[in-house]
Amino acid sequence: MPAEIYLNVAVGGILTGLVYGLMALGLSVIFGVVRVVNFAHGEMMTIAMYLAILAFSALKLDPLVMMVPIAAVLFALGYAMQAALINPFINRPEHSQFILLVAVAIIMVNVLLIIFGPDARNVMTSYSFDSFQVGPLIVDATKVYAGAAAIAVAAVLFAFFRFTYVGQAIRACADNYTGALVVGLNVKQLYALTFGIGAACVGAAGAMIVLIVDVTPALGPAYTLLAFIIVITGGLGSMPGALLGGILIGLTEAMAGLLFSPSAKSMFAFGLLVIVLLFRPQGIMGKRVA
Amino acid sequence: MNRKSNSSTARVSRRAVAAGLGAAGILAGTSPFNILRAQGAALKVGSLLPRSGFQAGIGQDCQRGVDITNGILKELGYRELQIMNADTESNVDNARAQAEKLISEGAQLLMGAFDSGQSTAIAQVAEQKGIPYVINIAAAPPITEQGYKFVFRNFPIAPVILGDAFVNQKEIFAATGSAPKTVAFLHVNDTFGTAMKNGIGGIMPKHNMPFTIAETISYDPAARDLSVEVAKAKATGAEALLVVSRLNDAILLTRELVKQRWSPMAILSMGPGWYEDQYLKTLGKLSDGPLSFVPWYDPNKKVAKMLEAALAKASPGVNMNTNHVYTFEALLVAADAYKRAGSTDPKALADAIRTTNIIDNVSPGPGIMFNEKGQNDKLKNSAIQNRDGKLVTVAPKEAANAKVEWPLKPYDKR
Repeated sequence: MPAEIYLNVAVGGILTGLVYGLMALGLSVIFGVVRVVNFAHGEMMTIAMYLAILAFSALKLDPLVMMVPIAAVLFALGYAMQAALINPFINRPEHSQFILLVAVAIIMVNVLLIIFGPDARNVMTSYSFDSFQVGPLIVDATKVYAGAAAIAVAAVLFAFFRFTYVGQAIRACADNYTGALVVGLNVKQLYALTFGIGAACVGAAGAMIVLIVDVTPALGPAYTLLAFIIVITGGLGSMPGALLGGILIGLTEAMAGLLFSPSAKSMFAFGLLVIVLLFRPQGIMGKRVA
Repeated sequence: MNRKSNSSTARVSRRAVAAGLGAAGILAGTSPFNILRAQGAALKVGSLLPRSGFQAGIGQDCQRGVDITNGILKELGYRELQIMNADTESNVDNARAQAEKLISEGAQLLMGAFDSGQSTAIAQVAEQKGIPYVINIAAAPPITEQGYKFVFRNFPIAPVILGDAFVNQKEIFAATGSAPKTVAFLHVNDTFGTAMKNGIGGIMPKHNMPFTIAETISYDPAARDLSVEVAKAKATGAEALLVVSRLNDAILLTRELVKQRWSPMAILSMGPGWYEDQYLKTLGKLSDGPLSFVPWYDPNKKVAKMLEAALAKASPGVNMNTNHVYTFEALLVAADAYKRAGSTDPKALADAIRTTNIIDNVSPGPGIMFNEKGQNDKLKNSAIQNRDGKLVTVAPKEAANAKVEWPLKPYDKR
């Protein structure tokens, strides 16, 4: 095979991985602070994808333009979910939280099925079929835009948690729940805010992924699983880990498809997960729990 | 307890006897009407299709065939069928569960399920329960090689599709004076795709094809991204693409061909996907050109025209295709068997299906009839080309209504 094919496939894998990473970032943020595993993560992304499709079909608004409004809608959804549904479960056993979020996921899939039907839907923008050629390298334009947007959103998120008062307060809640209560932080509200931010991340990712993947109501569970693989590989609760995990999984799938068999892509992604769990159970960038 | 029990069963009063006799009289008096109603009742047909999940587009298309069937049956002098719809969700386990559910709810015959894996599961249930099952679309050979007594298939098996495809391809190569020397073979790794891949090794050498397969690339039919697959195929330097795909992946493959700036000499499909209405509508002018070598219909047959008219009325703008034709024919087999059997008894229905001889049908060939394995082995396939959002038949010559456009018009020049 010509050498440039490896480069083409690797770049495609990294760009796809960046968007995967942004999606997983939301899951990691939520778990890192609220300590609840969002089993409805992929389904929330599917909702965002349908919102992007509605905006495009009704108003011809580009999904990348709609990324911020969709993230805002998902933020509201996430905030409401945490405040109304999940907060009462915060101190309950983990299996209760698990069942609650699985139920929410199933409800979301079925509501989408009722509203939109089972057909696959997609967005055809003016650049849907474009690609950039740089020497022998041909890169999918939509993946470039989506990858760049993923980096921008991740940078904003990092800055928010690092430099804003609210971001620091959320990190304080994550570090020491009791301490946060003692200094007078409204922990429940901060939890709702965090869940909203995680949901906003997945909303932004959904608006980007709709450019690459056709959406059906049944798409959610596959992406929930993918987000789990990514955050466990990168380190549950670590934001840079989620991005790194996304890139690694995207790259692993792409190169496995090229070097071995495309049918075996998922096998290699799971293989990577097993290796990480064996040799670094906390994930590549996760903190070891004492 | 004992006393109560005794008192309730002890004596039968005169009033009770009179009421009983009256009831018996009413029952006896109306029973002939009951028999008549039973004979007049519609046959309950459980229709199993993948109407959601990754095969939803094709399942919904098959459903269009189901929806227009009763009107045509009536015109042809058959009794209408009572359709009991079930969604397999593109999932083998669910197909099995839905088949069992339909039978428990009173289905007297099963029909479906587009996909070989799902059809295999339904066939096992049908055989176990002794309920006739007519397959609309599924090509994996083993389904009718099991010695089943209640399973029938009016659809060619993979080796027949392949054999006819190679014959029609050679006819096109001869007509255009041009043929690819190498092809990249891309196929889905489900039951159908694997059966086709396994068949190629044995059947292609017999046809002395002008091309060799540079690389065989398999992929998951539910794949969300096929960029690596197309990059790999392109890297082989193959002149054309040989594909066995489904609908969503056919759309994904085309998108990747455009994005990766590769216009092969031809796309030779030996399965669904490339001629589907959703493919044509989603891709617009980019959908033009692929050739599909598939079980099709004879546009000159009377019933084909009826089906086309009914589809045009029910679903304006939808091109008639394999999904509508073979779903309709499976239900036609059911209606015909019920008419001849005059009973809903499963064994009588199965016996009637076994002796089917429908010459007034839609698909090419002499008609619908089954061999001792329950397989219609007299079906013929055609070569179809997408042209301006429509489908034209380009081979075999006797069934063609257009000349092939060759080679594929480059995607960047459309």
